Amino acid sequence: MGEITNQGIQPGGIGIDLSQFFEVFFEEAYENLASYESLLLEMNLEEPDDEALNAIFRAAHSIKGGAATFGFVDVAELTHELETLLDLARRHELQLTTEMVDCLLASGDTLRAQLKRHQSGGTGQPTPIDHLVSDLRRLARAQAAVAGATDKTAGGATGGDRGSAAIAALGERVITIRVGPNEQGFDVKSLLDLFDEIPGMGKASLVTGERAASPEFSDLTVTTVSADSDLIDLFTFYVDRDKVTIMQCPAAPPQATAPEPDLGFGMFDDSPAPCQPPTAVATTTLAPTESVSAAITAKADKPAAAAESTTLRVSVEKIDQLINLVGELVITQAMLAQKAQALDANQHSGVVAGLTDLERNTRDLQDSVMGIRMIPMSFVFNRFPRMLRDLASKLDKKIELKTSGEATELDKGLIEKITDPLTHLVRNSVDHGIENPSDRIAAGKAPHGTITLSARHQGGSIVIEVRDDGRGLNRERILAKALEKGIPVPDNMPDQDVWQLIFAPGFSTADVVTDVSGRGVGMDVVKRNITSLGGTVELESALGQGTRVSVRLPLTLAIMDGMSVGVGGEVYILPLASVVETFQADQSKIKSLADQGKVVQVRDEYLPVCPLAKLFDVPYPAVETSRSIMVIVEAEGRRSALVVDELIGQHQVVVKNLEANYRKVDGISGATIMGDGRVGLILDISYLVS
Amino acid sequence: MLSILAVDDSPSIRQMVAFTLMGAGYNVIEAADGQEGLAKAREKTVDLVLTDQNMPVMDGFTLVKNLRGLPMYSSTPILILTTESSDEMKAKGKAAGATGWLVKPFDPVRLVEIIKKVIR
Repeated sequence: MGEITNQGIQPGGIGIDLSQFFEVFFEEAYENLASYESLLLEMNLEEPDDEALNAIFRAAHSIKGGAATFGFVDVAELTHELETLLDLARRHELQLTTEMVDCLLASGDTLRAQLKRHQSGGTGQPTPIDHLVSDLRRLARAQAAVAGATDKTAGGATGGDRGSAAIAALGERVITIRVGPNEQGFDVKSLLDLFDEIPGMGKASLVTGERAASPEFSDLTVTTVSADSDLIDLFTFYVDRDKVTIMQCPAAPPQATAPEPDLGFGMFDDSPAPCQPPTAVATTTLAPTESVSAAITAKADKPAAAAESTTLRVSVEKIDQLINLVGELVITQAMLAQKAQALDANQHSGVVAGLTDLERNTRDLQDSVMGIRMIPMSFVFNRFPRMLRDLASKLDKKIELKTSGEATELDKGLIEKITDPLTHLVRNSVDHGIENPSDRIAAGKAPHGTITLSARHQGGSIVIEVRDDGRGLNRERILAKALEKGIPVPDNMPDQDVWQLIFAPGFSTADVVTDVSGRGVGMDVVKRNITSLGGTVELESALGQGTRVSVRLPLTLAIMDGMSVGVGGEVYILPLASVVETFQADQSKIKSLADQGKVVQVRDEYLPVCPLAKLFDVPYPAVETSRSIMVIVEAEGRRSALVVDELIGQHQVVVKNLEANYRKVDGISGATIMGDGRVGLILDISYLVS
Repeated sequence: MLSILAVDDSPSIRQMVAFTLMGAGYNVIEAADGQEGLAKAREKTVDLVLTDQNMPVMDGFTLVKNLRGLPMYSSTPILILTTESSDEMKAKGKAAGATGWLVKPFDPVRLVEIIKKVIR
């Protein structure tokens, strides 16, 4: 910084590199596009909300302003047409129709494509916009003609009127000087004579008539090239300095007969109207000889306030690194704590106390940092209005979307992973759940179906629901399909379990496979995705009334509440959320089944026994205890009893990705570093129960 | 050091203006809409106000009117950033009490020149 960079034909002229603002502009443009789109989708075309119309206009206007300023000509061109149409709409000179909204939405998509192209360097073929432009113009013209109003063209800098009152030649200006309160016997004419006597001072005249100041004061209109200070010095020959005030009036226009070229800026106020006296006399100005290019030397690298006052834009990598470092800190702190246990508390009370504080601080820091990555669910919900609109029109159904709990927050990484499964669930509801309008009316329902998306926190989890008031799941058909596929179905299977059958691979009871979602690959993938995030999915349904899908997810992937267990000298971690209970089993309650290993009786049910030591090939204690410690775990609706040697404790565990650091291992979902520095493997419960 | 209040709902434009003006030696205070601008103008008296026309919450013209109602801003130079130089805009600007206007998109270097002429 400090050098003059010649940007050639780039906007910004000599001295400013505008590309440093591009990223901010792109972010801002995408946000504007998102709000533009959602406002259009929500718009009630019959009775449009004025505030919404203004907001949509502003969104397009803002994108145009930035695009033009930063040199993205194609974006500016398209948004200009949008702005024209939207301006007519917000002035009520035009009524928005569905056709217009479609065109505006399509334009939004094109804008996004244009922006993406510029964001990735501007290479490649530009998206053609001619058809959009002509459509937009046609729509604007047709409606405006119907409305009877003249078509207002939002002229750019080249259109419109010429700037009239421009500052004329640099230096000469017209000002008003107020003199007074006048003392007895003072003749203001003496001041006027000064201008006649001293060459180069300029011209002065007294303001008379209705514009004249009160009797005590005199206003002089002065046309001069002299600096204010020179004028004041001059006047003080005749009046006291504090009786002279230079009025901060804008310059009066020269009585220009020829139209001025449009300089792109100008001053208001054609006449030396009554001005307010300034609070301070004109004092020092900037050094007039300072050249512009030399002035563009950055004092700091970047302005301190880089963004809005209450938020800060930070790159995701920085956040992830911060979280990683905090995770390491937690591990180190835990190691310290464990080593400290060996210390004599009395001898080292200072250290022990300090470590207790450290633990508290570390926990607070961790909570705080994890909170940074939390994003509201609205980020996920926002895609659905548009998707539903397109789907509904494709399938000829009427769909209304309701949402609640948009403000519920979830870790960014989870948000990204949950979006696809949720999308599929919603598609499913629209495709298979909601009936077409005539069927709904025949069933005594309202012609439009309602899909409700909700999110709420529950304990350490987030529960996301997709509810529809469609035809519901058909138990008989599902059972029939299961039998067809050879899936074992016990008699009197409870509804809950019947619904879970649809998660089986290749399952689809859709009579007609639509191109929307129907091939049956959906639901099992959805379930697997959710499970891999440590979540569960449940279904509830009533025939003819609707279906509800509940997805439960942990709030974050990075930290987990775990229970450590000892197995033959090794330590394993179980996700606490999957642990149902622990107990010591009597040998008498353990029975062997041919081929299928052992089962244990717990109250009135039998659970499969999972000998972890055998499974993981851990050296087994020679003497088998008469009472084994068992931990009942649950995943995907199934339970197992794990055999362990000891229960060590419960604590928060920083989850490290095993696959990234080593490789994928069946049965292990992650790893952590424990207090003593050893690696603890986190068990994958769904693998163990199957 | 002279200070300028820059009001615009577009963060990228605000940043560009702030960067340009700070490079030219001014202290720059930013606001994202008219209401915020008015609040900041009250907190600390500035020597020039540069405001966008189209903003949510409170637009540029309303901001100018409100500023002119404050004694310390009765004659401060106020420039409106506008996208057109139509009669309608000029009438509104004049009625609001603005000092001048500048059409968007503008060359930031030009902006500095104009501000130098107008600021006191």
